[in-house]
Parts: sequence; structure tokens; C-alpha cells
Amino acid sequence: MISIKNLKAEIDNKEILRGLDLQVNAGEVHAIMGPNGSGKSTLANVLTGNENYEVTGGEVTFNGKNLLNLAPEDRARERLFLGFQYPVEIPGVSNAIFLQTAINEIRKYNNQEEITPKEFLDRMKEKAKVVGMDSSLISRSVNTGFSGGEKKKNEIFQLLMLNPKLAILDETDSGLDIDALRIVSQGVNEFKNKDNAVILVTHYQRLLDYIIPDFIHVLYNGKIIKSGGKELALELEEKGYDWITKGEK
Amino acid sequence: MSVEVQKRNPIENFVASAESVCELNQNIKLKEIQLLAKNNLLNSQFPTLKTEEWKYTNLKKLLSYDFANSSSMEKVVVSNNEIDKLKSSSFDSHLLVFVNGIFEKELSDYSELSNQIFISTISEAFESDNELVKKYFSKISMENTSFDFLNLSNFVGGLFIHIPKNVVIEKPIQILNITGNAGDISFSSSRNLIIADENSESTFVQKHVGLKGEIYFNNISTEIYVEKNGILNFYNLQLDNDDSYHFEKTDVIQNRDSQFHHYNFTFGGKLVRNDINAKLDAENIECTLNGLYIANDNQHIDNSTFIDHAKPHSTSNQLYKGILDDSSHGVFAGKILVARDAQLTNAYQNSNTILLSKEAKVDTKPQLEIYADDVKCTHGATVGQLDESALFYILSRGIPREKAKSMLIAAFAESVLSDLKIDALKNEISHLIFEHLNRDEIL
Repeated sequence: MISIKNLKAEIDNKEILRGLDLQVNAGEVHAIMGPNGSGKSTLANVLTGNENYEVTGGEVTFNGKNLLNLAPEDRARERLFLGFQYPVEIPGVSNAIFLQTAINEIRKYNNQEEITPKEFLDRMKEKAKVVGMDSSLISRSVNTGFSGGEKKKNEIFQLLMLNPKLAILDETDSGLDIDALRIVSQGVNEFKNKDNAVILVTHYQRLLDYIIPDFIHVLYNGKIIKSGGKELALELEEKGYDWITKGEK
Repeated sequence: MSVEVQKRNPIENFVASAESVCELNQNIKLKEIQLLAKNNLLNSQFPTLKTEEWKYTNLKKLLSYDFANSSSMEKVVVSNNEIDKLKSSSFDSHLLVFVNGIFEKELSDYSELSNQIFISTISEAFESDNELVKKYFSKISMENTSFDFLNLSNFVGGLFIHIPKNVVIEKPIQILNITGNAGDISFSSSRNLIIADENSESTFVQKHVGLKGEIYFNNISTEIYVEKNGILNFYNLQLDNDDSYHFEKTDVIQNRDSQFHHYNFTFGGKLVRNDINAKLDAENIECTLNGLYIANDNQHIDNSTFIDHAKPHSTSNQLYKGILDDSSHGVFAGKILVARDAQLTNAYQNSNTILLSKEAKVDTKPQLEIYADDVKCTHGATVGQLDESALFYILSRGIPREKAKSMLIAAFAESVLSDLKIDALKNEISHLIFEHLNRDEIL
């Protein structure tokens, strides 16, 4: 699905990613963990095309295409999705208009028919239920006046509405209480299937009790320095990162 | 050898036209007022960049024209068909039509309204010896600038509107102010007096539109009194021509427990000056002066507000937002005066501007004069471009860049639009935003 080779990126002339390799196949869930400042959010932003970051080396292939050459909107149309750490409020633009526009732009790019209003509404109602959001959500402005938890639920709601091939979730679990965490996890579990893939960027092992990853990677100093199965999370929870990062620069 | 250059004084031209207006005036009382205004005009000077309140707005070009008073020119005929196209028809309203500053009864539609409230031209009101008009007319702005004198000495057909005690008018009153096409470069002085009496409630939608044709200068004055416990909403929608000059002054005096909510939407005009002055002259008053101005090309839009908190326990809110494209220039100067007596005043002022091009610019000048010690007064101003991180968020959903920008523009305008009580008007204005900026609509 996505293949990242020797990826290097910087922001404000400061190198953050220093040669990162990662391969994610369809049907897999990968968790990326690591201490603050290790480059987790940078990876998520670079993959989705945030222009504040400059890619200085390496290559990323997504479904056979050179991802790094695509504008952010085209990456979304190639079915890549980022769940934001800090979702943005857009007052005056309803969730319905926002998502209908997004879905139709993605469909147009892929030479598909526009979604019918009925199909769209039904889908909205169905997916809102999954994340426990009221159907009044449809007419509310995007994230406007939402609590932190509601914003994160709304990211998962958008994920379900847009149904991408690859979902990168950037600290979607941060700042959530246990109820919200369960709902968010349930949404992700509902999303994942054998044809798509998920990259979870997280600080907390707790998320991985609810979404079981196939692989866990430790990102440190802009590189993946250790990979393993789901049991690695428990080890990290117990021992922290020091035992791995020792000896690394 | 010295050559004496005769310097042209732009005031003289306007004084001459005021003389003809006064000459034709039949009512002694009104004539007296207009003659005095004419003399005041003669003795005044137009502001220059050295005048503190006008330091961002250059009047040179405006004052280089020899404008003729449109009331002295051949009357512009506007058909009912045209009225239907020019007025806002997406909501039901009582309609009062002005053409080149003069009230046109035949084109108006307010029979239902005239059973509820008193409407007459100002000169008719003077003719019938109306006590209110004698007491209140031209009392607020008498002591002000040359543009006031210009308006007062040259106006011909303004309206006096009295909303009596306890009268609630459900439907908005639409004032359609049509200007232009007079046959030569012309100026118009429209002038209205509105008294909203005790416990009355009303909503005005004033819409300024320009006819195709010559350059014109629209000089407008509105005096408003909101009496005890009265509520008056005033939505001002300015769509004058690109080549026009639009100068508009709104003066309000509020009595106790009253509410006045003014929303100023500015799209048109080459050079625009809006003055909105509110005196909160008793306790427990609420006053809102909000505005949204959208400019492109070389438009210059100058908004100047003044809130005079004269008595304790009142609240004023101001939010002015500008969206400036191309080489347009915006100004927001907001003055708040809190008198020594006016304890427990709440006064909030905010000005936010988005610059869509590198050449666009804005000047903001907040001015707080506070003489009371137990008050809450805040002011803030921001200027910036569209938020890059918000733009990325929208792009990352597959939405094209231009549409994403439109969404952010809509989001920016929303805090001024969301308060409008007429949904259809809100939709009309958001449509106008994208039309004026020549951008994709959201849907």
C-alpha cells in the first residue's frame, strides 16, 4: 500500500526525519510510538503534504504512485486520510457541505458518479451513529464549538464518511476520556478491513488495548529504531524508551 | 511678474447648489435650518490628511469634481420592474424607495405599514407643524463636519419615520436607496430621521444600489433615536457602483433599557466613508456596531465608529471585519468614550482583517478614552492572511484550493453574519461576498 524509503524532511531548516523506512501493506495496522519530538507528527504531516515541511530526501510510493509529487488535495483523492491532532474549526461551513464537497471531489478524480443527496444523508446518519454523534451534527459547522473529544470523534466520523485506503491517525487518542477512547477505537475497528490500512501515531499504549496493531515501531530522532509485534507496546509501557534509545544519537 | 492663481474652492460649488435648494424651500422653519447649514458649510473646510479623523482617507480626487445636485437635474425614471430587480426580494418587507436621495412614494410599497407608524417626508412633517420633527430633526449632527452641512443644506426629499410607543413591526422595513444615472456627474443627499419610541421594536434593511452611468457622490445622513426599552435593528447593505463615492453618517441616541444593533455590509464604492456614532445616554443600554467590508481593485473603505458611554450600566459591542483583495485599502477607526459617570460600563471592540493579496492594506486605530474607574473595556485588532493550517486541513480532505479558500472566507465572515435575524438576507450577503471577490461559491 505505502512504501517509505530513507525519508528525510525538515521544518524551518531543522532536520526532523533522518532517513525513515516503513512498509505498510493492505489489511495491516501499524502503530508508531516514540518520545516527544521524535518526528511522529512530522511523518504524518509529510505524508499528507503539509507544505510547512520540506522533504529533503527519500521516496514514498503510495499505490504505485510517487506520493511526494502530489498536492495535498490529490493525495486525499488517491485515498489517503489524515486524522488531525488539532482539527480546525470552520464556522459557517456545515459538516454536510464540507463532506459532500470532499466526497464528490474524490469521486470526480476517480471518474466516479457524484453521490446522490439521499445516499449521502443516509451515510451521514449511519456513520454519525457509529461515533455516537447526534444527527444534528449534519447541519452544524465543522468542529465549531466542539469539545476536544468531539473534535476527535469528528475526525473518525470523517474517516468513515470518506472511507480512504490508508488512514493516518495523528494522536487521535490524546486528551480523550475512556468513553471517548472506546468510541474512537470502535470507529477505527469498524473502518479497517483487508483492503485498507491504518497508521496510528500515538504516545500511549492504552490505545493499543482497543485497536490491536499488527506492528509497532519506535520512532526516535527521525528514524525507526525498533519494530516488533503488539507485545512491544507492553514492554514500552513497562520500561519506557530508554532501553532502546540508549546508544542511539 | 507674478501670476495670481485662482485657487478653486470645492466648497463653493456645493454652497451654490445649497442656495438653490434653500430658495425653493417653502417651509420657513426648515428653510432656516438649511440656510444655517449652508452658512456653516461656507465657513467650513473639507478635511485633509492632516485632520486626525481623516488621516487615512484622501479626498483630493472626490473634491476635484464639480458635482451637480441631482435634485436640480432631470428626474431619473425608474420602473417598477427595475425596482423589483434592485430590491431584496428574498424576504418579505415594507418598501421605501429613494431615487437620487429623494423619496419616491409611487415606487414604494408600505400601505400596511402606514397604519402602524407615521411616515412622511421631512418637509411635509415641517409643513404640518409636527412637534417631534421640530424637536429632533438635525439635532444630533448639527455641530459636525462639512459633510453634515453639505447634506443638511442640500437635501430635498428625506423621510421622517416615527414608530409609536408599543408598536412592534414584524416585517423588516426595506429602504432602497437608488443612485446614479442623473445625466452628469452628480451628488445626492439623502437624509432620514427615525424615532423608535418607547417599547417599540423594528428592523430596517437599508440597501444602496447604483444605476449604471456617471460617477456620483452619495452623501447620506441618518439620525436615529431609540427611546426607553425600544429595540431597533439596522442592517445596512451598500452596493454602490465601482466608480461612486459613498459617504454615510449614522447618528444614534439611545435612551434607557434600549437596544440598537447596527450591521454594516460594505461592498460598493470607489471611496467609502462610514461614520457610525452612538450616544448611550442613559442606563442599561445595549449597542452593537458590527461591520463586514469586502473590497477589491482600488477600493478604499474607511469605517469610523464612535461610542459615547455617557451613563452607567451599559454595554457596547463592536466587531468590524474586512476582507481585502487586490490593491484595496481598509480603515477601521473606533473610538470609545466612557464618561466619569459611566461606571460599570462594558465596552468591547474588535477589528479583524484578512488580506488576500500582498498589495492590500489596512489601517486600524482604536481609541479609548476612559474617565470612569469601574469599567470593562477591551479592544483588539488582527491582520493576516488566510490561515495556512486551516487551509491544509480542508485540502487534506480532497477539496480544491480555491474552494478551500472560499470556505475560510465564509468562516471568517460568519461571526458577523451569524447574528442576522433574517436568514434570506444572510444568504444574500454570503452570495455577494463570493461574487464581489470573484471566487467560487462553497456550494
